[in-house]
Amino acid sequence: MDGWLDLAVISDNFVYFMVGRYPHGPLGGLALTIWLALASGLLSILGGLVLGLLSAARHPLVRWLSLGLINLVRGVPLLMVVFWTYFLLPALLGRTVGESQTVIAALSLFTSAYMAGIVRAGIASVPPGQREAGLSTGLEPWQVMAFIVLPQGLRHMLPSLVNQFVSLIKDTSLAFIVGVSELTQVATQVNNRSLVHPTEIFAFIALVYFLLCYALTSFSRWLERRLSWSRRG
Amino acid sequence: MLSYRFDFATILSGQYLDWLLSGVVVTLKLSLLSCGLAFFLGLVVALMRLGPVAPLRAAAGAYLEFFRNTPLLVQLFFWYFGSYQVLPQVVNDWLVAGDFEFAAGVIALTVYTAAFIAEDIRSGVRSIPREQMEAALASGLGYLGAMRWVILPQAVRVTIPPLINQFLNLAKNSSLAMTIGVAELTYQARQVESYTFRGLEAFSAAALVYLVLSLTIAGLVNLYHRRVLTPAPGR
Repeated sequence: MDGWLDLAVISDNFVYFMVGRYPHGPLGGLALTIWLALASGLLSILGGLVLGLLSAARHPLVRWLSLGLINLVRGVPLLMVVFWTYFLLPALLGRTVGESQTVIAALSLFTSAYMAGIVRAGIASVPPGQREAGLSTGLEPWQVMAFIVLPQGLRHMLPSLVNQFVSLIKDTSLAFIVGVSELTQVATQVNNRSLVHPTEIFAFIALVYFLLCYALTSFSRWLERRLSWSRRG
Repeated sequence: MLSYRFDFATILSGQYLDWLLSGVVVTLKLSLLSCGLAFFLGLVVALMRLGPVAPLRAAAGAYLEFFRNTPLLVQLFFWYFGSYQVLPQVVNDWLVAGDFEFAAGVIALTVYTAAFIAEDIRSGVRSIPREQMEAALASGLGYLGAMRWVILPQAVRVTIPPLINQFLNLAKNSSLAMTIGVAELTYQARQVESYTFRGLEAFSAAALVYLVLSLTIAGLVNLYHRRVLTPAPGR
């Protein structure tokens, strides 16, 4: 072995790490990681909003069922949710489902359960007087929720939502298990081909994930500081 | 809609049941061992992060940021495939002589979880009024002595629930060790699946074990909140 760290394996495969076989094949690498995170991020904001509102509903059965689903998903490892989706989705839909879609479905379901908790806390952070005032002006309950409570709650939710998105980016690495060629999968492929540079390869992709996540974590801290200042002022 | 017939009898008997049970044992061993180690590492990192020595503070900060902002799976692969270049030869020889997959799993889970535990300890310590530290230092204790005898005993009370939750996260995260060949619960469920083609049943059984563990621990944390952290009336 020549030298402790041989970075040629990184520079030789740099484009492959970033975009996979694209444009000569499907998108992969870091670009696919970001795509998976964005797609499941958007879906789980919707899912989290729905689950969060349902779990705060007045009807006991609705509340009970949605809380049951949230606790079920939060009680098992993400890997379980991925395997479950992998086997259950084709059985439910009666057709085969692509690996990327499977992973997006699993990540969305999993993250929705965590987002729901954030939404609930956000709603609870709005003083009850706001809701009562809204109702007394003659707005319907759903209008009060949509135009008065949620917009104010969102301020408190924002930093937690960004942190949850950081977890989501890290969780996309599990797509590796079902063979989606995102960053981690690409790294294991390069590792299998070169065989002698695992330290360099995995340290490099750890650094890539780190830069992405650290930027977002810092952003969420900045948001938290800014929002708490403007609340005081 | 769902034309699938569930058959739990196959996977819950004979060798398949044995596999799943041995998976449960490995999952518990992996989680408990890593949790114990992660607690000590996390405590050391938290003390460094809160302490008076600037270089140690910076090193602990870098540790926290790096390991919290990279995926556990990548860290697992790093320790499994790449650790021989960064660890001393003696340690490598010792690791390879034993169960290397298990050891790599323990190292990855420990190092990852310690970063989260350190943050929990740090926020526990921060909940103690500053004057406590100042008074302890003024009474002649050093930084570590003040932590050991004055601050930490008070911080323990509020730090226990997040620490228990970290153990729960750790137990769930330990499922990732299957990717490097540690024969824990998820690994065994997959093994059963590939022998019987009963994927849904095998993963349901495994999920149930995780769920029972999670709900038990969540129940304990709730109990602790009600019994210990809720102030008694009139206090």
